[in-house]
Amino acid sequence: MARMVTTQRKVISTVAAWLVGFLIFFPILWMVLASFKTELEAFAIPPSFLFFHWTTENYVTVQERSDYFHHALNSIIIAGGSTLIAMLIAIPAAWSMAFSPTKRTKDILLWMLSTKMMPPVGVMVPIYLIYRNFGLLDTRTGLVLILCLGNLPIVVWMLFTYFKEIPKDILEAARMDGATIGRELVYVLTPMAVPGLASTMLLNLILAWNEAFWTLNLSTLEAAPLTVFIASYSSPEGLFWAKLSAASTLAIAPILVLGWFSQRQLVRGLTFGAVK
Amino acid sequence: MKNVLCAVTGAVALLISAPSLAETALTIATVNNSDMIRMQGLTSEFTAKNPDISVKWVTLEENVLRQRVTTDIATKGGQFDILTIGTYEVPIWAKKGWLVPLDKLGADYDVNDLLPKIRDAVSVDGKLYAAPFYGESSMVMYRTDLFEKAGLKMPESPTWDFVVDAAKKLNDKAGGVYGICLRGKAGWGENMAFLTAMSNSFGARWFDEKWEPQFNSPEWKKTLTTYVDLMKQAGPPGASSNGFNENLALFSAGKCAMWIDATVAASMVTNPKDSKVADKVGFALAPNTGLGKNANWLWAWSLAVPAGSKKVDAAEKFIAWATSKEYAKLVASKEGWAAAPPGTRTSLYQNPDYLKTAPFAKMTLASIDAADPNHPTVKPVPYVGVQYAAIPEFQGLGTAVGQQFSAALSGSTTVDAALAAAQSATEREMKRAGYIK
Repeated sequence: MARMVTTQRKVISTVAAWLVGFLIFFPILWMVLASFKTELEAFAIPPSFLFFHWTTENYVTVQERSDYFHHALNSIIIAGGSTLIAMLIAIPAAWSMAFSPTKRTKDILLWMLSTKMMPPVGVMVPIYLIYRNFGLLDTRTGLVLILCLGNLPIVVWMLFTYFKEIPKDILEAARMDGATIGRELVYVLTPMAVPGLASTMLLNLILAWNEAFWTLNLSTLEAAPLTVFIASYSSPEGLFWAKLSAASTLAIAPILVLGWFSQRQLVRGLTFGAVK
Repeated sequence: MKNVLCAVTGAVALLISAPSLAETALTIATVNNSDMIRMQGLTSEFTAKNPDISVKWVTLEENVLRQRVTTDIATKGGQFDILTIGTYEVPIWAKKGWLVPLDKLGADYDVNDLLPKIRDAVSVDGKLYAAPFYGESSMVMYRTDLFEKAGLKMPESPTWDFVVDAAKKLNDKAGGVYGICLRGKAGWGENMAFLTAMSNSFGARWFDEKWEPQFNSPEWKKTLTTYVDLMKQAGPPGASSNGFNENLALFSAGKCAMWIDATVAASMVTNPKDSKVADKVGFALAPNTGLGKNANWLWAWSLAVPAGSKKVDAAEKFIAWATSKEYAKLVASKEGWAAAPPGTRTSLYQNPDYLKTAPFAKMTLASIDAADPNHPTVKPVPYVGVQYAAIPEFQGLGTAVGQQFSAALSGSTTVDAALAAAQSATEREMKRAGYIK
């Protein structure tokens, strides 16, 4: 009897999980479907789910009109570059704050976070002027820099919480064995914090990939990433839903594939410490 | 080996020197509308004639473009050589000295061929600061089959009373046809474009001659009450989130008996590729209340050159090409006359080929002629602009007021409360900006 209840429960929870998963995934699925419809079918009422005239015309038009690969390459360089630099700066910072805290550590952390509370549009004109004077407008370097700075507080915070979970005693043991700070960081701390590092990196990568304020405002052509690519298909006057869907599908594809392959790391990292 | 090295060096040298051969590179910022996309496609025709000029396009969604271009021009960032801007920006930016007056468009440009109202809208003190690429007004689009079935006849210039009655009669919710579809989505260029134009026909105005906000006037109350009641009785559900695109989708799918919106929609709803009702659409002037003003707006997407640009000559050359009579002919030769950019030149409306393929041409022209950005309202006002007041504060104000009116439409607030909130918000902002004390 007891076994039957568990099976029943299992079935219910499985069905529920699939349902929730489907609901969350539905907008993306709908977008992908719409990208294969004609413009007329894309807004048909009632909408057709699967039985419509499938066409790849939208993808052809999108590629003809704008160079997807140029934008995608920019996105990869900008998101990847800003993530790497942010990690390089944040790992030592978080390490020092986690393992040799001072009186001011908490304040510094809060101060860092407070910079995220200001709406970016508030500093848009000064930043634009600085970028203009340094010739950074519409350059990948400029975008890597701004996204790196924008995400640093979050990266430091995340790494700090992961590092805090690592027992100090292990590091002390390493030091007793004569490890230098560098060796301690590379051979002891890093392997233990891999799930945390991986999920921080992934999250940062996704944040940088999706960033649509600075990337839209500081780039024009040469450095324009996928956010600009999508913005060129949205229109208040005229129907471009199918083309917009095709552009969006192309824009999320790389990050979706990356997320798919690294979901185990991501989940492990996000629940790291919680299971103890 | 040596040969290979030579070849590689040669190729690299060629690659490096290639851009310097190609002279002046123009970067053009534009919106994602079908006429603009068509222009992008025809760029090669221009560069073939002008081999010393190359053209690059930055296409962005309207609101993103506005923010992007405004930042760049205000900081003299110099990222763009040609800007696509609307009639709202032209007078404000020209007065700030942000735009180059277009006086080198060439002898054969025929500036007098531009429609007078459109030319006025992109000129300041008689000087042209932007060249109109396409122009639009708004008008009534209606289903001739449904009108016939109900025994109604749409006059050429209907009154609001007629429109309200017809909408109620034609409303057939069970049959999935709504009497009228109107904009409800909040935004200065969304519901406020329609409602400001509608209020003009009811004798209302945004400000009196001393810049005092007028939302507490009986005219505004009548405008908003008429709009909300009409939409409640004969409008589609969820209308407070409908903008141009949503209504276009509804009308094209045969769900609306009437739709009052931009004249450019006419070519879309009569195109059998995109519309199920292509052969059943009639056109009429936007409604009035007999006070001498119709509820129609005036807009033109125009090309302008930012001040401080180092490529003024090349930029004006391109602008002259893109807004010329020859360009319209070029489009016609490739895609037919119906695809020619509408609403900018008198000659287009005298062209029998165009009139034959565009059943909406006459009404588009009449609508544009009926709008007057310099005298938009029944009572005098201190601003120019039909569906907006051309002051920098209007974007923010229009959107704040639009949110109130959208809430009144969805029923989350009353007409009176929405008007009171609009009045106090506008008063506060106008005091802050120093227009009133």
